[in-house]
Amino acid sequence: MAERLEAKHSGKALLAARKVEYPESADPVEVCYDRGWTDGLPVTPPTDERVLAMLKGTRRRPDEVIGRIPPYLADCTVEKVAINAVMAGCKPEYMPVLLAALEAALEPLFTLHGVLATTYFSSPVLIVNGPVAKRIGMNSGINALGQGNRANATIGRALNLIVLNVGGGRPGEADRSTLGAPSKYTLCFAEDESDPEWEPLSVARGFPRGASTVTLFQGHGPEAFVDQKSRTPEALTRSLAMSLVKIGHPKLVQSARAVLVLSPEHYAVYREAGWNRKRIERALYEATIRPGAELVAGAGGVGEGVPASRANEMVPKFHEDGLMVVRAGGKAGLFSAILPGWLAGRNRLELQPVTRQIRDD
Amino acid sequence: MWMRDPTAETSAVKRARRTPPKSLVGLTIGLFDIGKTRTPEFLDRVEKRFNEKGLKTKRVGKPTNAKVATPENLQKIASEVDVVLIGLSD
Repeated sequence: MAERLEAKHSGKALLAARKVEYPESADPVEVCYDRGWTDGLPVTPPTDERVLAMLKGTRRRPDEVIGRIPPYLADCTVEKVAINAVMAGCKPEYMPVLLAALEAALEPLFTLHGVLATTYFSSPVLIVNGPVAKRIGMNSGINALGQGNRANATIGRALNLIVLNVGGGRPGEADRSTLGAPSKYTLCFAEDESDPEWEPLSVARGFPRGASTVTLFQGHGPEAFVDQKSRTPEALTRSLAMSLVKIGHPKLVQSARAVLVLSPEHYAVYREAGWNRKRIERALYEATIRPGAELVAGAGGVGEGVPASRANEMVPKFHEDGLMVVRAGGKAGLFSAILPGWLAGRNRLELQPVTRQIRDD
Repeated sequence: MWMRDPTAETSAVKRARRTPPKSLVGLTIGLFDIGKTRTPEFLDRVEKRFNEKGLKTKRVGKPTNAKVATPENLQKIASEVDVVLIGLSD
């Protein structure tokens, strides 16, 4: 009731987005579909009550412009973020994460326009670190990459809805993805930080322990990795390398990055041997270096491959910083997941994952 | 009733109609009989005019004007024709 009264009396003053009227007989969910405001799933209609409630999740002013959203570079205010957050199903307390994610997405190194427009499978993958994840009830455990958790599901979805609605990035128009991927609806999860010996992704990326951050990666997935028999870190590394080199194509190199989501049982193999993040990432980088002769175009009777001039080199699959390991998942299962990155990184600096601290305001 | 616009507000608030095709040549025109008396007479005339111009037509419709077309009915029509002309006769 309080929200309804507030909407009636202060909605006009606080909200600047134009009103879209519809007849009382119409189903507002269907109105959203008719106007092309959805990703194909139903959205929650953005009424004044709901938008005002969403804005309570941040102290930032509704008219503050966060940035210009590709592809059509329209200004996006905090209010437009809130409207799309309502539609995605977010709770107000998710707003700081969503705002930080949007700011990360708009940093030039993230190349959001390209991620949207590519014929490849990629879209923003969101990885949340720090106390905010627990505070808003994000899932880093069983089924972390799957369905069922409101924060995981809706924060990622809201970011994609902002690109669709504010930026105008529609599939078949500016979004040219040949096949797309289910992760284009949402792929957002928290890292499991329960082991104090593990260096969280946020710390590895230069933020202090205890800071809440969101890292955006240009990727899709997940792709399954199964190894139920390797019991030493060396064996497991060789095994993981066999799957990691397949990203895109086994003979394509130094373009895609990757996130390896290490499950608790696989992590235990490393942990028991005293391997930390840096050692795992370095070992995986080295294990994915292969003789160029096997990778040149035409080798093995396969047309795809690197130029013949690299036949005598040892060729790494990734750039040196091209792999990020993240811990998540349920306690049972010697399965991990690979989130393959966009194939557009012809040089290391062309595009990179971006991490932003989540502001308390 | 209203809700707030989630877009960049670069298009008119009134929902734009789908752009009509530039030409009907090569398209199949569905002539939709809504089920009212004497609709066929009207559509017969329209069909004749279209056919004289060399345009392809197909008669479609729903059994009665007393009920809305079912989704199955509409889906079938959408799969069989490119554009639809509805004969609202009285």
